[in-house]
Amino acid sequence: MKTPVSSILLVLFASFIGSFGAIFLKAGADRLERSIKGVLTNWRLPVGVCIYLTSFAMYTVAVKNGELTILYPMVSLGYLWTLIWSRLIFKEPLTRNKFIGVGMILFGVVVLNLGNR
Amino acid sequence: MSNSSIQAAGAPATSKRNRTKANVMVVACTVLGAAAQMLIKRGTAIMPPLLDPSGGSILEQAPMIAWKILTNLPLFGGLACYGISTILLVLALRYGELSVLYPIIALTYVWVSVLSVGLLGESVNIYKAAGLVFIVLGVTVLGRKDRDA
Repeated sequence: MKTPVSSILLVLFASFIGSFGAIFLKAGADRLERSIKGVLTNWRLPVGVCIYLTSFAMYTVAVKNGELTILYPMVSLGYLWTLIWSRLIFKEPLTRNKFIGVGMILFGVVVLNLGNR
Repeated sequence: MSNSSIQAAGAPATSKRNRTKANVMVVACTVLGAAAQMLIKRGTAIMPPLLDPSGGSILEQAPMIAWKILTNLPLFGGLACYGISTILLVLALRYGELSVLYPIIALTYVWVSVLSVGLLGESVNIYKAAGLVFIVLGVTVLGRKDRDA
C-alpha cells in the first residue's frame, strides 16, 4: 500500500492544528477559577477540546488511504510544535533536555511503529 | 532562577513540588488514555450493526441505534476515561510547563503496547521493545532541568 501525499499533508496539518489544542488547554488551565461560573465561562477549554476533535477527525480521514506505520508517528510531531508554541506564547524556557527528550520520543514512536508492520 | 515564565494571574507558581504533582497527574492521564483506547476498541468490536437493512428508514431506526450505542458499556467506559483524562490534564497544566507536560502523553503508546501484548496477545518484537525504551528514556530526559540553562 502506498501512502498518498495528500494523506501525509493532512496528517501534518492535523498535528499542527492539534498542537493549538494544547495551547488553548494550557491558557484555559492558567485562568481556571474554583467556581462553577469560572469554569463555565472559561471559553479556552472547550475551544481546545474542539481543536483536538477536529485534529482527530482529520487524522481519521487521512489514515483511511495510507499506511499507519508512516502516518501514526507523524502525529507525534505535535510534541515538537508544542515545544515551539510554549516558548513563543508562554515564554517557557527551551532547554536542551526538552529537545533531546522530544527527539528520543519521536524516534521511539517511529521504531515502535516499524514493529507493527 | 531560570524559570522566568510569564504566568497569568491566578496560576499557581511552578515550584518543584507542583511540578512533580503535575508530572504524576499527566502520567495518570496516559494510563487513562490507554484504558480508553482499549475499551473503545472492545466496544467497537462488540457493537452490532447499527442499521438493520430490513428495518425501515434511518429515522425510524434512530431509537434503536441510540439504544445500541447507549448500552455499549465498554464504549461508554472508554469515552468516560477520555473525559476524565482531559479534566486531569487541564488540572495538571495549572502546575507545570506545557513544554514538559505535553510530550509526557507519549507514554500512552507504552501502556497501549503493553496492554495489547498482555490482553490481546499481540506479539513482541525487537522494534516494539526498542521503541518503547526510547519513549520512556525521552520522557525521563524531558523532565530533567538543564544544569546550565
